[in-house]
Amino acid sequence: MSKQINVALIGNPNTGKTSVFNALTGLNQKVGNYPGITVDKKEGICKLPRGLKAHIIDLPGTYSLNASSLDENVVIELLLNKNDKDYPDVAVVVSDVENLKRNLLLYTQIKDLQIPTILVINMSDRMEYKGISLDILYLEEQLKTKIALISTRKNKGIEQLKELITKYKELSTEACLDTSIIDASYFNSLKKAFPNQLVYKLWLVITQDVNFGKTDRATFDKVEDFKTKSNADLKRLQQKETIKRYQFINETLKKGQTIDLKSAKDLRIKLDRILTHKVWGYVIFFFILLIMFQAVYDWASYPTDLIDAGFSNLANWVQHTLPEGAFTNLLAEGIIAGIGGIMVFIPPIAFLFLFISLLEESGYMSRVVFLMDNIMKRFGLSGKSVVPLISGNACAIPAIMAARNIESWKERLITILVTPFTTCSARLPVYVIIISLVIPEGTFLGLSFQALTLMSLYIIGFLTAVFSAYILNKILKIKSKSYFVIEMPSYKIPLFKNVLLTVLEKTKTFVFEAGKIILAISIVLWFLASYGPGEPFNNAEAIVQQKHPNLSEDQQNDLIAEQKLEHSYIGIVGKAIEPAIRPLGYDWKIGIGLVTSFAAREVFVGTLATIYSIGSANDLEDEDEAMSTIKNRMSEEVYSDGSKVFTLASGISLLLFYAFAMQCMSTLAIVKRETNSWKWPVYQLVIMSGFAYIVALIAFQVLK
Amino acid sequence: MTLAELKRGQQGIITDVSSNHIPLKLLEMGCLPGNAVELLQVAPFADPMYLNINGTHLAIRKETAVHILIEATNE
Repeated sequence: MSKQINVALIGNPNTGKTSVFNALTGLNQKVGNYPGITVDKKEGICKLPRGLKAHIIDLPGTYSLNASSLDENVVIELLLNKNDKDYPDVAVVVSDVENLKRNLLLYTQIKDLQIPTILVINMSDRMEYKGISLDILYLEEQLKTKIALISTRKNKGIEQLKELITKYKELSTEACLDTSIIDASYFNSLKKAFPNQLVYKLWLVITQDVNFGKTDRATFDKVEDFKTKSNADLKRLQQKETIKRYQFINETLKKGQTIDLKSAKDLRIKLDRILTHKVWGYVIFFFILLIMFQAVYDWASYPTDLIDAGFSNLANWVQHTLPEGAFTNLLAEGIIAGIGGIMVFIPPIAFLFLFISLLEESGYMSRVVFLMDNIMKRFGLSGKSVVPLISGNACAIPAIMAARNIESWKERLITILVTPFTTCSARLPVYVIIISLVIPEGTFLGLSFQALTLMSLYIIGFLTAVFSAYILNKILKIKSKSYFVIEMPSYKIPLFKNVLLTVLEKTKTFVFEAGKIILAISIVLWFLASYGPGEPFNNAEAIVQQKHPNLSEDQQNDLIAEQKLEHSYIGIVGKAIEPAIRPLGYDWKIGIGLVTSFAAREVFVGTLATIYSIGSANDLEDEDEAMSTIKNRMSEEVYSDGSKVFTLASGISLLLFYAFAMQCMSTLAIVKRETNSWKWPVYQLVIMSGFAYIVALIAFQVLK
Repeated sequence: MTLAELKRGQQGIITDVSSNHIPLKLLEMGCLPGNAVELLQVAPFADPMYLNINGTHLAIRKETAVHILIEATNE
């Protein structure tokens, strides 16, 4: 068996660390989770010269070893724990040639941990453009390491890097500078109290507590003769340490790096004058949004329709080909329909992540965050909440995943909690059918009432999200260091490989993580709708034939389906909740629609189609025709006293209910995954649905 | 004067930072006494501020900038 070594990739954000990871591992990578937290763990295998194999971990981007977020904490936890199975044999610090000074700060810290460390200087293709030249030999000597000057964009230097990793044992583990000079007596007492430990490691453990509050410092206080310092003192020392490091780096670079400012060009400043302009910045952002919506709604609908049709054909085929029976039905109506329900989300999610990753890779996203921070701050959100709130208009699932880069946990949590209020595409079919049913035709200022209603629903959704963020900000008592620092990286043309891998990875995460839960719910729903207790369900055929012996077979079948549904478990549920939803203007059939909608909102229309027993309509070629048949049936639906079920009052009430209620299992599943607790999704479910109930109740009672 | 008073296009040298009010991350990005700073752009209501500190381009909120003391070097 060939020996496998552990390699950790570490670096500042925006240094192209992930490109280095992709260049080393190719498709040989997987994304998992660190146990207990939702930080992505990216690892892969790389074949090295001489039969050696490297297990490579792409650690979250960080500016230093002083963690300020969960992602960054992962880096420290690994580097401080020699017993971790992933503890690196060699650390590869990735830096960007344009920001070498800042990047070297992290490098000197890692050197102090006495881990063999290779310095990668990436983006070497930009050196000429920026007028930078480097004295590599001098730098290697000062920094006590080997340097790989590479360009992932031009695919240069990767082999040299692999060679250096192979020879990791030859690397010096000597530290670059002596940290203890910042407070000699304090560090001496540390050394005395823990003679077997590396002083810098101790120092990190002590100060992590100041920054993060996770590491247990109690052990330090127990040791006699050792007095730790107050947090303010420690922070001052950290500042001193940072200054010392920069002094060392500045001296090293004074000789090792020359920048000819005359030949340097800076596109960034010129572009930013327009892209972050007080007026043009917003106009351009608005147009980019329009294109994005067009893609997610319109372009994605073609593959979505194909997938949808493909799965319903498959289900039909299974039903007609396999022998009749419970298993065939479960396969066709439960499992295949369930998987289809997941697959139809793939195109919009893929498109959305394609756009988001293009915006991020190019560096434009930081500018949007800059433009929006002031507005969002007033509502307890961060500039970085913009992305999720926009994406939520397509689908809340990728939107909630996009909230990850918000540093402040409170701002991130609020963003996750309010995002589902934005009008996702699954609400659209429900809105369309109900609006066409209850909103009269006619125009106001040239706009039809129906279009105006639809637009109002979008606006209501967005305003509710922002307004509830404001309330949550007031009531949530979460201590979370809130500050806003965002780097404005230079603009770059996105690397196709990186974009593609991001889209693949995010889509895969959705399909497997949320998919499991959607599938399970679909199967349960199928059982509840296909089985029922006692005579009225099990003898539906006989009962209907006895009651209506003169009807045609088709009509009888419709009645049988209706009889079965009414007495299935889910029908019983619908009947049971009817007293609760009557004040909102709904009958038990709408109740069933509401219940099944909890798997996903768009199920409502399908459920109503079944409930209003138009099974034969499924055979209609034209979808519009099928829709209008549901619509006709719905508009004819009456209560036993002859009054209509769907009126303006009950319609508006239903629209508002769908606007506010949390009716999406997949969103709940993702919120659980992202917050790592059932508490928040349960709150969302109860509060959003409760709010929806109250609003719908008021609307119906006022309008009826 | 504080960094928050800097005008667009104006440059300065950082003289002092109040480490209790400034996230360590900002210090590590180069916001330290002695380093040069230039205000490149401001969002509406002059917040956040888009700066070039020691070669790093970054944006911070005004509430953070008031804790950074500077000396302006040009008009």
